[in-house]
Amino acid sequence: MQLVRERADFDQAQRPDTPAVRLEHVSKSFGARQVLDDVSFDVPAGCGFVILGRSGSGKSVTLRHIVGLVRPDSGRVFVHGDEVSTLSGVELSRVRRHIGFLFQNSALFDSISVGENVAFPLRRHTKLSDGEIRAIALDKLEAVGLGREYDKMPAALSGGMRKRAGLARALALDPRLLLVDEPSAGLDPITADEIDTLLADLKGRGRATLVVVTHNIPSAKRLGDWLIMLHGGQIVAEGTPGDLARSSHELVRAFMNSQNAG
Amino acid sequence: MRSLLAAAGAASVFALRAATALVTPPFEFRETGRQLYELGLRSAPLIAVSGVAVGVVLSMHTRDSLERFGAESMIPAGLALALVRETGPLTAGLLLSGRIGAGIGAELGAMKVTEQIDALEATAVDAFRYLVVTRVMACIIAVPILTTIMNFAGMLGGFLAENTTTGMAFGLYFERSFSLIDVTDYVPSTLKTMVFGFIIATTSSYLGFTTESGTEGVGRASTRAVVFSSILIIVSNVVLVRLIFFLFPGASG
Repeated sequence: MQLVRERADFDQAQRPDTPAVRLEHVSKSFGARQVLDDVSFDVPAGCGFVILGRSGSGKSVTLRHIVGLVRPDSGRVFVHGDEVSTLSGVELSRVRRHIGFLFQNSALFDSISVGENVAFPLRRHTKLSDGEIRAIALDKLEAVGLGREYDKMPAALSGGMRKRAGLARALALDPRLLLVDEPSAGLDPITADEIDTLLADLKGRGRATLVVVTHNIPSAKRLGDWLIMLHGGQIVAEGTPGDLARSSHELVRAFMNSQNAG
Repeated sequence: MRSLLAAAGAASVFALRAATALVTPPFEFRETGRQLYELGLRSAPLIAVSGVAVGVVLSMHTRDSLERFGAESMIPAGLALALVRETGPLTAGLLLSGRIGAGIGAELGAMKVTEQIDALEATAVDAFRYLVVTRVMACIIAVPILTTIMNFAGMLGGFLAENTTTGMAFGLYFERSFSLIDVTDYVPSTLKTMVFGFIIATTSSYLGFTTESGTEGVGRASTRAVVFSSILIIVSNVVLVRLIFFLFPGASG
């Protein structure tokens, strides 16, 4: 099948020591407000990488740099060895085809059905027949428990269902890198746990590198092999969940032991 | 004042980028077709009904004026000439700036604030080509066709008014309608509406793409799309009519 072949070609082209994501001294300001200040980190391929921080600490902006939606004022951003911060047009599209992005508010296309949302990347980037595309989209929706919602419009879904549909769309092309922005934001604890379970399964199967932005500590502990914490646009702590819980930084310890800490 | 000039500059760059992308591949044929249906075909009823109403009113005014000189027989030709040269194109342009401009401004504005435009980009789709260029192309194609529908609907309205007043036959009315019109009356004035289509689509797309501040911003984008499109159509019409006079001395745009 075309997707399997493309993924095999992609894996073959990758050097094993190439990090899935690398940020080198990235700084970004919006007007007078500096959001990121000299941020650098590596995300090893296959890793569960969590970016923690309070609201407005630059977490989502970091994620947007990785997919090339935002360009750094200074510094460089690499994805699978390609410098996305300098790419545009066809070259940027080529890199993005291997990235799945689950937006905080799902960002489903509201003029087409849920199934067509999942089918959309397949229609754009493969030469599969309509029947094959429908079968894959249905398969992805079933994997997130939405197999019966194919023909519904996004507006007819609950917040949790929209989030799962967004995840199915992000996984449509079997991406090598999955970026997830606040997977539990606005969801009840049970639905949030369902989303975490789906992401943990994905990580467990080693299918993709996971970069998750969250301020939910139980979620971070479950999904993260390595965590960083942003504060004031800078990385103030990094390590395993255990390392951060024992951090000498007062804010980090307070964050890790906050109310929603599991 | 400085921010107004900056916005005008940014909008001009946006329009230039759209114009360039219109003639360079890749082309989004499927989405352009969908936009032709949404923006073009679905505007046809509005244009047809408005055209008939404009025709009826123009006919009444024309009769009132020409009766004074005993030239009632010139009503169909005078009305057709007025419609084809100016009233049809300008009225269609302004009506479509309302329907299409508001629609594009609101739709793209809503997509912007709900991150759907970012989602398109993240899915490795060129959102500018997919959302803007397709709408610009659809408007450039649809507006001249809708203007032609407006012209014929206006003539039909004129016939209905004339038939009610004098009982003039359908065949005679349309024979007289086309007696003074030649190709230089129809072609330049209809083709100029391609510029109207470009103005409507680029102005409203720009305002949609630059929407901020949530739903309030969407409403503002929609309103501004109509206002700015209408103003630009009226102003550009002056320049276009002058240009048509220059290029086709026999026509009057």
